[in-house]
Amino acid sequence: MSVKELVERYCRTSKLPHIWCPGCGNGIIMGAVMRALDKADIDQDKTVIVSGIGCSSRAPGYMNFDTLHTTHGRALAYATGVKMANPDLNVVVLTGDGDCSAIGGNHLIHAARRNINLTVVVFNNSIYGMTGGQYSPLTPTHSYATTAPYGSIDRNFDLCKLVQAAGGTYVARGTTYHTRQLVDQIVAGLGHNGFSFIEVITQCPMYFGRKNKFPSAVDMLKWQQEHAVPVKAAAKMTSEQLAGKFLIGELYHEEAPEYTAVYEKEVIAKARGEVK
Amino acid sequence: MLQERIALTGNEAMALAMKQINPDVVAAYPITPQTEIVQLFSSYVANGMVKTEFITVESEHSAMSAVVGAAASGVRAMTATSSQGLAYMFEVLYIAASNQLPIVMPVVNRALSGPINIHGDHSDTMGARDAGWIQLYSENTQEAYDNLIQAIRIAEHSDVQLPVMVCMDGFIISHALENLEILADEDVQQFIGEFIPHRPTLLNLDSPVTVGPLALYDYYMEIKRAQAEAMMRAKPVIRQVGQEYKALTGRCYDLLEPYKLDDADIAIVVLSSTAGTTRVVVDELRQEGVKAGVLKPRVFRPFPYEEIREVLAPVKAIAILDRADSYAGFGGPLFKEIRAALYDAPARPPVVNYIYGLGGRDANLNDIRAVYRDLDKIAATGWTDQLVRYLGVREEAIVHA
Repeated sequence: MSVKELVERYCRTSKLPHIWCPGCGNGIIMGAVMRALDKADIDQDKTVIVSGIGCSSRAPGYMNFDTLHTTHGRALAYATGVKMANPDLNVVVLTGDGDCSAIGGNHLIHAARRNINLTVVVFNNSIYGMTGGQYSPLTPTHSYATTAPYGSIDRNFDLCKLVQAAGGTYVARGTTYHTRQLVDQIVAGLGHNGFSFIEVITQCPMYFGRKNKFPSAVDMLKWQQEHAVPVKAAAKMTSEQLAGKFLIGELYHEEAPEYTAVYEKEVIAKARGEVK
Repeated sequence: MLQERIALTGNEAMALAMKQINPDVVAAYPITPQTEIVQLFSSYVANGMVKTEFITVESEHSAMSAVVGAAASGVRAMTATSSQGLAYMFEVLYIAASNQLPIVMPVVNRALSGPINIHGDHSDTMGARDAGWIQLYSENTQEAYDNLIQAIRIAEHSDVQLPVMVCMDGFIISHALENLEILADEDVQQFIGEFIPHRPTLLNLDSPVTVGPLALYDYYMEIKRAQAEAMMRAKPVIRQVGQEYKALTGRCYDLLEPYKLDDADIAIVVLSSTAGTTRVVVDELRQEGVKAGVLKPRVFRPFPYEEIREVLAPVKAIAILDRADSYAGFGGPLFKEIRAALYDAPARPPVVNYIYGLGGRDANLNDIRAVYRDLDKIAATGWTDQLVRYLGVREEAIVHA
């Protein structure tokens, strides 16, 4: 599908152009989500896209689906409501690092714990972009931010490990540089019956880049290329070789009972007296 | 008193006042249009210009909780927020007030979602008007700066011991550059004085206390009544602090700011930045021989109902402008309370309400002129059948059910 066809089919073209800054990676992720939905042959009319607040959460405004733009941190709580009300819907959550790991962190671990069938795509730009570059729980230690002029001393989350530990059953990490792999990771997440979590490392040249000696968005993409290690390649590397790198690809996958299915079987059916 | 005259945005002025106050603890979470205040403050912390412990929390709920914890242990603690952030603090606002913790917080007024909107109106702080916080509203950058410094004295006064919100209009004031006079750091420090806890605090080994224990039908009402009394005692304290601040700066602050109200036939009551716009229209009307006036309440909690009744009772027709709606309540919050205050006036003047400026909709000179024209008619007949009106709304663009 050409970009023109993709945009005409999956975007609200009257809402374009988007408001993201030049060089921002959010458009790449939105494009990957649309390509993945197309590739997975997802019914546009049976798909709800939910977002919270922040640069990431502008994406559903541009996407030609039923979309729900919610409050800061709460996308997963709203999405849980949508999915519980109508488990037949495909529910995709687009969120950011601040939105889902700071103010909404509690919802993240509990949605993962339940293993409810949502597909979550996190736009991790390592910063609060919309409010002007304050450090977030995913800002790497020692990085600079408007609230960390001498470097952040906070340790950052490894969100993929967090979600896996909390009970998420499909966990992957991609980047805005590795776009083909990213589409496939989202396709796998959409196809997985359970809580699917895809963390996407993206670039914010305006606030993270400028503060952290990245002259341009291209340099940030090059950094992704140089520092991302596919899971399979990492298996053959020593810990010294992996120092300072991060893993991309499918990090965890298991089949486990999905929440709305279990709810239907073990709560609703029992309440109706259909099973004992 | 040597004062420097400089140009700052509202946010910069608030951040500067916070720097000069030099609180012990500041907790911060970004939210438009407030972010700049705590962000600038974080650079003062990083550069060693203040002694503050700066906590970057993961939400506004945590920001207010951290500040409550700090204040309960007997230190000067501050945060700042807007809109959804204030809404998210809601439950902790009540904890701060009921524990009578003298926390001071700039609130950059912004509309509440939904629909999502980042611009200025008063629905956020009006939603928190019964949380037990003192509320000061600021017309411009100068007032925002001055109110924040006075708020420390008011909050920490032994007769008061209550938290204070210092409100200013989002973007209109927070992001606009204005000239203002600022005090020297040492003069601010001298004015606010050392922080003296007047209530038992945590971490006092000689007198250990529990802050925030359970109080059911046995003590809850007495605690609430004590809170209301502290709020009533705040009124004379706000005036006294205003007098002292005037002696220091020459700038006068009271509960209310009347303008050409003494002989006015018609008057508008309005909070914050729109008061300035209204004064311009009053000056025009006075040129034309129309006896128009303005009343700008600076303090909304404690509500100065006696003082308002006194200045408004002689006016022939009054319009209350509310930058927040109650959605089929009896008008906006300012209207309800002022109309109630006038119930005991010797001759009850007609009082009408205009809901205006929601979500940052401009209230321009023509809008204000239109209100005075309406008031002229109401004053002439002494009567109107339309008490609650909307200003500057496009009736044709409303989607009716």
